[in-house]
Amino acid sequence: MPLPDLDPRAASETLAAGLSRTLLLFVDELRTVGVPVSVAEALDALRAVDMIGIDDRDTFKAALGATLVKNVGHWAAFETAFDVYFSLAPAESVAGPDTDSDLPPELAVPPPGRGTGAGGTGEIDDLVEALFRALQDADDPRLRALARLAVSEFAGMEPGRPVGGTYYLYRTLRGVELEKILERILARAREEVEARTGAAPTPLEERLMREEIEARMARFKDEVKAEIRRRLVDDRGAEALAKTLRKPLLEEVDFMHATSTEMRDLRRAVAPLARRLAARLARRRRHRRRGRLDIRKTMRESLSSGGVPLDPRFKHPNPHKPEIMLLCDISGSVASFARFTLQFVYAMSMQFSKVRAFVFIDDIDEVTEYFDTDDLGKALADINQKAKVVWIDGHSDYGHAFVRFEEEWGRDVSAKTSIIVTGDARNNYHASEAQVLAELGHTARHVYWLNPEPMSYWDTGDSVMSEYGSHCDGVHEVRNLRQLEDFIETLVESH
Amino acid sequence: MEIDLVWADVADVSARLRETGYVPSDHIAGVAYLADRLGKPVLCEGPAGVGKTELAKAISVASGRRLIRLQCYEGLDEAKALYEWNYKKQLLRIQADQAEAHNWDEIEDSIFSEPFLLTRPLLEAIRSPEPVVLLIDEVDRVEIETEALLLEVLSEFQVSIPELGTVQAKSRPTVLLTSNNTRELSEALKRRCLYLFIDYPDIEREQAIIRSRVPEVTEHLAEQVSRIVRSVRSIDLKKPPSISEAIDWARTLMLLGVRDVDAETAKATLNVLLKYQSDIEKAGKELDTPG
Repeated sequence: MPLPDLDPRAASETLAAGLSRTLLLFVDELRTVGVPVSVAEALDALRAVDMIGIDDRDTFKAALGATLVKNVGHWAAFETAFDVYFSLAPAESVAGPDTDSDLPPELAVPPPGRGTGAGGTGEIDDLVEALFRALQDADDPRLRALARLAVSEFAGMEPGRPVGGTYYLYRTLRGVELEKILERILARAREEVEARTGAAPTPLEERLMREEIEARMARFKDEVKAEIRRRLVDDRGAEALAKTLRKPLLEEVDFMHATSTEMRDLRRAVAPLARRLAARLARRRRHRRRGRLDIRKTMRESLSSGGVPLDPRFKHPNPHKPEIMLLCDISGSVASFARFTLQFVYAMSMQFSKVRAFVFIDDIDEVTEYFDTDDLGKALADINQKAKVVWIDGHSDYGHAFVRFEEEWGRDVSAKTSIIVTGDARNNYHASEAQVLAELGHTARHVYWLNPEPMSYWDTGDSVMSEYGSHCDGVHEVRNLRQLEDFIETLVESH
Repeated sequence: MEIDLVWADVADVSARLRETGYVPSDHIAGVAYLADRLGKPVLCEGPAGVGKTELAKAISVASGRRLIRLQCYEGLDEAKALYEWNYKKQLLRIQADQAEAHNWDEIEDSIFSEPFLLTRPLLEAIRSPEPVVLLIDEVDRVEIETEALLLEVLSEFQVSIPELGTVQAKSRPTVLLTSNNTRELSEALKRRCLYLFIDYPDIEREQAIIRSRVPEVTEHLAEQVSRIVRSVRSIDLKKPPSISEAIDWARTLMLLGVRDVDAETAKATLNVLLKYQSDIEKAGKELDTPG
């Protein structure tokens, strides 16, 4: 693999060649998944490892993390790559006499190379029983040992298959039937509480017990996952496995094709983004110095310098409060994007007093008031049920939506208003009515259009993006968080 | 510049910070050790109230080094961060001198000298003969131009004052920066720092923190508090409880003479833990369900 930016020879002076090579490959992998690592940072990592050594894996990881990853959003990608490139030796070589003592006496370590799932029912029962006790006692070393056994027993790993291991994880967890164990431990705990206090546990106690067991189970799951990764690395090598595990960074996940987990993470990322936008706008409003000379203040200030006006003071111009109107297409073709935009609107409305939100398909309705709640889920449900967005057939008709917007709310648009339209501009071959947008654009301060489609799809089929775009101050492709952030930057600059 | 190392090894960091009442995770201790060895500033990020500023204070106490704090805000400039000439004093000097006829060079030399210099935190940290701990708090609040100034100081540990020349650091300060991430910091600044993200602690560490900060609290109560706090953090809230709020809550329960937290007590005192009415209501409801 080419390593254009780093000279491995320089590195090998400080470290054993093997480790430094792995480190450089690791850095290369980070760069491939999009984590920016400069040469200076890579050299820092080498120096850090030189000082800290590799004996303590956690400290070693902390050292690499602190020198290579400077953004918490990149941490997950770092952890995945770290697990692959610096995995512990596979189970067989770890299982010395030391680890054997962790195991319950009834379970011997399976001989190396023993097949998968070959154990009899009795052995499986023993394993589940041991897991039950380890979880109940929060016995972490034993959980680790049992995770290894469970993988041998249930994962059914086949050498050479180019997989990331999710399926093996699923099989292992299904094999030990964690849910059943959870219920058993809870039942046992309930009995204990009853025996102690003479009453059934309160909902709060029950909740805390459950969370504690779930936390232990999460640790067990992590061990299983780590064990599977170890074996996969052993089988196929770190580079090949890392390639299978590559995932786009959250900031690059396409809104239109996000999985439900990614969607949840995106949702969490949106609130801070809105807060950041609010902070930036407020800062610019307060900080711009374009006012006229304030004679009174300048005179007052000059007294301390013997009447010489050394430090002229200015009147701050009346701050311009941004007023934002958002028009969101919520039709099926952009549904997942719309959901995301509405979440963003919600987050914005918590920060700005003057955000008004409108949703449309082929008719348009104002939904600002629905956001006046602490519960986003409720707001979205209200919008779905109550907003009048269907006029004829419930297929996007941007033209009609704009005409109706102009009729109903056109007079509220002023020179302070920024209008932001979000949608794919796929008009189902209806009249575009682009002149309405042009008129709105004359009155409003700015009109922006955010399109969740890749730019190469614009103006293909029924998309009339450029017809609308010619009346906008900016048309932006916004398919992921990074592009949304870029747009926010331009918005802040223009205000 | 003299370089005194603070820590013997990672375990030493951990032990000495604990003595001050700060309970570091292995990760935090590791990064603190590394910062000392590599001589690099540490940039701490994380939610509000997880002990970013506390870490700097603890390091200062543990190492016996003076803490110099630069609180950042919008509009912070060189005059407030680095140094300023005390021009009022200079004016007085000039006026006092007018009676006797001095030549200008003499006056200039005298009014641009040490007695007329107002040192601000950055210069103070660099000029200190004893090594200090420099805390640059909420660095995300300064403008990008001021960030450049910080960069110069942090990378070279020196400051140029045109009238006096370059001031070199006599000792290397331990530098910590904190950020609440209201804006993306420049790549250049990040590159020069070690990065430390401090998240909410795991349950064992939170328990240890509570016991170290509220020594009167029983083990049982500390465990209950940390468990309930973990539970509350798992709810989708506007502002999840921070460590300092958890400590306040434990202290409140102590003062109320509570030995065992049941749902009623928890709900009655949730306002210590949570700061929004809507959050309090939501959490109150959640704590009544078995989850």
